[in-house]
Amino acid sequence: MFEYDFIRHAFAAATIVAILAGTVGYFLVLRGQTFAGHALAHVGFTGATGAVLIGIPPLWGLVLMTVAAGIGMGAMGEKLAERDVAIGLVLALSLGLGLLFLHFFTTSATQATALLFGNVLAVNMSTIWTLLALGVVSLGMLAVISRPLLFVSLQPELAEAKGLSLRRYSILFLAIVALSTAECAQIVGVLLVFALMVGPAATALQLTSKVLTGLGLSALIALIEAWLGITLAYYSDWPTSFWITALSAGFYLLGRLSARSRASFHVIHQSAAQTVLDPEVSKL
Amino acid sequence: MTTASAVEFNDVTLTLGDRVVLSDVGISISEGEFVGLLGPNGAGKTTLMRAILGLVPPSRGTISVLGRPATRGNVAIGYMPQARVAPATMGLSGWDFVASVVSGHRLGLPLHGKAERAEIHRSLEMVDANDLAHRRLGEMSGGERQRLLLAQALVGRPRLLLLDEPLISLDPHRGQEILALVRRVQRELGVAVLFSAHELNQLLGVMDKVLYLGRGQAALGAVEDVVTSPVLSRLYGSHIDVVHVNGRIFVMVGGHDIEHQPHLHDHDGSDWNTAELEKTRHV
Repeated sequence: MFEYDFIRHAFAAATIVAILAGTVGYFLVLRGQTFAGHALAHVGFTGATGAVLIGIPPLWGLVLMTVAAGIGMGAMGEKLAERDVAIGLVLALSLGLGLLFLHFFTTSATQATALLFGNVLAVNMSTIWTLLALGVVSLGMLAVISRPLLFVSLQPELAEAKGLSLRRYSILFLAIVALSTAECAQIVGVLLVFALMVGPAATALQLTSKVLTGLGLSALIALIEAWLGITLAYYSDWPTSFWITALSAGFYLLGRLSARSRASFHVIHQSAAQTVLDPEVSKL
Repeated sequence: MTTASAVEFNDVTLTLGDRVVLSDVGISISEGEFVGLLGPNGAGKTTLMRAILGLVPPSRGTISVLGRPATRGNVAIGYMPQARVAPATMGLSGWDFVASVVSGHRLGLPLHGKAERAEIHRSLEMVDANDLAHRRLGEMSGGERQRLLLAQALVGRPRLLLLDEPLISLDPHRGQEILALVRRVQRELGVAVLFSAHELNQLLGVMDKVLYLGRGQAALGAVEDVVTSPVLSRLYGSHIDVVHVNGRIFVMVGGHDIEHQPHLHDHDGSDWNTAELEKTRHV
């Protein structure tokens, strides 16, 4: 299948996006901000359709809108990430506005579908360069702040006491998340960003309790899902985004099952050890 | 042990919004002292700790910590906030949980050099948590997680430990274990400890002094000088009886033991006590 340009392009784009999504997604899940990531993607739909309306490339509209919304959410503080009603309304409104812009543009349904559900097989070379540039910037930013970001995510009150600004890291991180959702939307569309950003990271957290291993594993799972998704789409002629969501959900399920079997093993192991070591327990 | 002050409040007034939490409080905690911090819910125990950390600047007066004005980011203070571990964090190992604190302010990747790994190891060892390093937080008991939070507080060799309700949600037996551990660590390191709690009796025999807060006022001293009917009646704003039974102390209002009133727990950091105080008054 690699004799086709569109397949090579799809693999290149998917590789860039999966590595970014897996890495950023790991922090997103760790911080409990997955819903915020979902909302940012929806806001991006308004940006993309608005960009089409005024005649600039949709990717730029997507990026500008998500980054502005991400910074806004970060600046409004920690609590906003947990206000699901407010976020839910904003994402509904974003889709509604996007629909309105499409209505003015009287565009074809194909374009709307591509924005909502992604169309990785239609990615061209110039988009790949844009994705690469944005990906390098996002990963670079994340690498620079990852250590304090981990601290403020795991132990915010202690981090604040040690002089770190929770708001600064919240803004910086959500700006990175915004860039990543804009990238993901190119592959799976704004509605299915969850599949690449959250699925692999949540699976990795089931499989390992080590942060660095988890980060690597999350990127690797995202990569496998994206590559396998394109391959399956090529041979089945079903949409790539469907395959990626199916793989994402499937991997998560497998991760949960293995975590559960490990946990029950652990309990058995522990109680056995305790019976041997603790004379008082064995007396009971 | 020196006689210098670990914490000194000079006529300090602390306000949260337009509510006065402490007014004109002057106290001095010596280095190496174990001080129990008590008082009704919302009396300002957490706010007092946040003021020492420089997170709540006093609206009047001055606070000095280890001889210098209280400022944010003082590395000489170890802090254990009220235990709340986010759900996703429960999947991480004890080692990673403690490691995140070590030089956590420095930019870059979360990679740890030899000296930093030694520091993580030392902190875990001090609280007997070596066996917790490779287990997930979600697989641990509440007491084991408290030990890791204490290990985090010990990172960076602090000279003052602020421990906010380490006994909350632990059964009395586990509570005693944590308390004995803190006492041992405090003696080994010679640090001052400010330990907030709901139950006075758990801290008897462990603390050198008690700091009681109530209605914007504070009383610091030996238990027999502070936990008395006149002092507590002033802090609670209603008549309080103090009854000694078999080495335990019961603080009573209108024939009811105050410590066994249902506790109001707020999780947003603000502490409102009026409801609870009203309830206490009317029973």
